[in-house]
Amino acid sequence: MNAMRTRSRWLIGIIGILFTTVFFIVPFAFVFTMAGKDQNEASKLEFSWPTHFQLWENIVQVFQSRDYMLIIAFINSSILTVASVTLLVVFGSMIAFVLDRRKSKLNPLVNTLVLAGLIIPPAVVPTIWVMQSLHLFKTLPGLIFIEVAFGLAFTVITMRAFIATIPREIDEAAIVDGAGPLRLFFQVIFPLLRSVIVTIVVVQSIFVFNDFQNPLYFLPGSSNATVQLTLFNYISQSQTSFNLLFANILVITIPMLVMYIIFNRQIVAGMTSGAVKG
Amino acid sequence: MTQLRAGSTVGPQHPQIHIVVGPRRHGVGAAPSRRLEKAMSSLTTRARPTGLATATPQRASRSSARHVDKTYPHWFYIPGGLIYRVLFLVPTVFSFYFAFTRWTLFKATFIGFDNFVLFFQEPGLIGSLKNTIIYGFTTSAAKVVLGMLLAVVLSAPIIARGYLRSVTFFPVLVSAVGVGITFQVLLDPFHGVVNAAIKAVTHVDGPGWLTDPHIALLSVAAIDVWKGIGLATLIYIAGIAAIPNEYFEAARVDGATPWQIFRAIILPLSFPATSTVITLSLIGGLRSFDLIWTTTQGGPGFSSDVIASVIYKQYQAGFYGLSTAGNVILFIVVTAIIYPLSRWLNSRETVL
Repeated sequence: MNAMRTRSRWLIGIIGILFTTVFFIVPFAFVFTMAGKDQNEASKLEFSWPTHFQLWENIVQVFQSRDYMLIIAFINSSILTVASVTLLVVFGSMIAFVLDRRKSKLNPLVNTLVLAGLIIPPAVVPTIWVMQSLHLFKTLPGLIFIEVAFGLAFTVITMRAFIATIPREIDEAAIVDGAGPLRLFFQVIFPLLRSVIVTIVVVQSIFVFNDFQNPLYFLPGSSNATVQLTLFNYISQSQTSFNLLFANILVITIPMLVMYIIFNRQIVAGMTSGAVKG
Repeated sequence: MTQLRAGSTVGPQHPQIHIVVGPRRHGVGAAPSRRLEKAMSSLTTRARPTGLATATPQRASRSSARHVDKTYPHWFYIPGGLIYRVLFLVPTVFSFYFAFTRWTLFKATFIGFDNFVLFFQEPGLIGSLKNTIIYGFTTSAAKVVLGMLLAVVLSAPIIARGYLRSVTFFPVLVSAVGVGITFQVLLDPFHGVVNAAIKAVTHVDGPGWLTDPHIALLSVAAIDVWKGIGLATLIYIAGIAAIPNEYFEAARVDGATPWQIFRAIILPLSFPATSTVITLSLIGGLRSFDLIWTTTQGGPGFSSDVIASVIYKQYQAGFYGLSTAGNVILFIVVTAIIYPLSRWLNSRETVL
C-alpha cells in the first residue's frame, strides 16, 4: 500500500514534469533562445540553441534602438505601476473598511457600484471625451487614474472580504484609547491587512504593468509610451530581426518574474493561510 | 486566490458581494463549523444565509449613529469614489447618449438607432457578436475543467509540487503582447515550431492556426487558456486547501477511492472556486481584446473579430458614435450573461 503510494507520487510527478515541460517550458525556452540568436538564425524561427550566443548584445541593442525609448518606457511603466497600485491599495482599503464596518443606507448603492465596476466594460470614447475636458488625455497621471478607476472594484471586493475577518474588538480597543478614524484605520487596521495587500499588489501589478488596451487608448503615441506599447510598435519596425523582438519580450517580462519569485511563498501562504491556521 | 461571487442574495435592493475562499455552510452537519469560521480568514467572508445578511455585522457594535459616523466616516469613500465616478461612471452613463449620435468628440448629431442598425446589418460586425460569445464560453469552460484538473493534481502529494505550481503560473506573468508575438511565431504555418513538430510526428502538414479563418478564433482562445490557466489553477488550489481535513479523514476511514473522494468531496466543496473561475474568466473572455489584437487583429478578414476589437477599429477609423454603440452592445451582452449566471451560481451554492 505504502509502496504503491510512493510509486504514484513519483509517477504523477514525472508525468506532470513532462507535461509542463512540453507546454510551458518549451515556449519559454523558445523565447530565451530566440533572444540569444543573431538575426539570420532567428529568422528561421527554429527551436534550437543559438550557434553564436549573443543575448547580451541583443539586449543592449534593444535598449539603444530608437533613442533609448525602452528606457523611457520602463520609467513610465514603473511610475504607472507603482502609483496606480499604491492608490488602489490605499483608496480601495478605505472604501472596503467603511463598507464592511458601517451599515448605512449607502451600502446597497456602494455594493451595486462595486459590482458594476467589476462587470461593465469601460466605455472607451466617452472616457477619452471626459479625459480631454480634464486635460488628462495622453498624460501619465491620466492613465494612472484610469487604472485606479478600472481596478477599484476588484480591490474593494477582495479587501472587504479580508477586513470582515478582523474582529471589531480591535476597533473598539483603539477607540477607547482615543484613536480617531484616521489613526484607527492607518495605524491599527492597515498593518493587519498585510497578506491581502501582498495579494492585491501582485495581482494588480501584473495587470497594470502588462496592460495593453488602456495605454493603447489613453496614452497613445510613441514618444511617451509604456513598455507594452513600445513592444507592440516594435513588431512593425523589426519584422526581420526576430532576435531583437524576443530580446525585448524577455527584458520586459523580467520585472514581473522577479516580483513573482519574491512574493511566491507569500502569495501561496496568504491564499491558503485560512486553511493552515484552522 | 479570491473566490469571487458577484450577485445578489438578499433581494434586488441589497446586492451583496462575497468573496469566499473555502466552503460555505453546506448544512452537512455542524462539526467543522467553528473551524470553518477560522479557516475563512485569508480572502474570505462567511457565507451569509439570506436572513442573516444584515444581522451578523450589527451584532458587535451597538453604538450610536454619531459614534459610528466618527469611527467609520463616509468621507473614506471620497478619494476612490471620485476617481471611479469621473473616469468610469460618467463615461458609462454618457455612452448611452453618444451611442445614438454621429460624433466627432466636438460635435454630436443625434441619429437615433442608426449606429445599432448598421452594427447588426454589417456582416463583419454581427459576426463579432457571435465570436465574442464563442470566445467567452470556450475559454471559460476550458479554464474551469483544466484548472480543476491541474489543481487536484497539484494538491496531491507528488514530487516537485512547488516547481510544477510555479511553472503553471509563469504564463500569467507574461504580457498579452509578449504571448501574442511568441505564439504568432510558434504557430507560423510554414516555419513554426508547432507545425514542424506535427510534421515530424505525423508527416502531415499542420493547419494555419492563426491564418485559417475557420480555426483562427479557436486558436486564439487556446492561447488565452494557456495564458490564463495558472490563475484558475491557483484559485482552485486555494479552494481545495480550504476544504476541512475532516472530510478527507472520514473518507479515508471509509476506504473511499480517489475517484470517490473527488466526486463526493472535492467537486462539491470546491464549488465556490468553480463559481469564481466561471465568473471571472467569463467576464474577462467576453471583454477580451489584448490577445486578439496582438495575434490576429481580428483577421483573417473578420473571422476572429470580437466586439472589443470592433470597438477599437471603429475608434481608429474615427467613427466614435459607432464605436460607442459597440460599447453599449458589449455592456448589454456581458450584463445579460453575467448577471443571471451569477444569481444562478449563488442559488446553487446556497442549496449545496
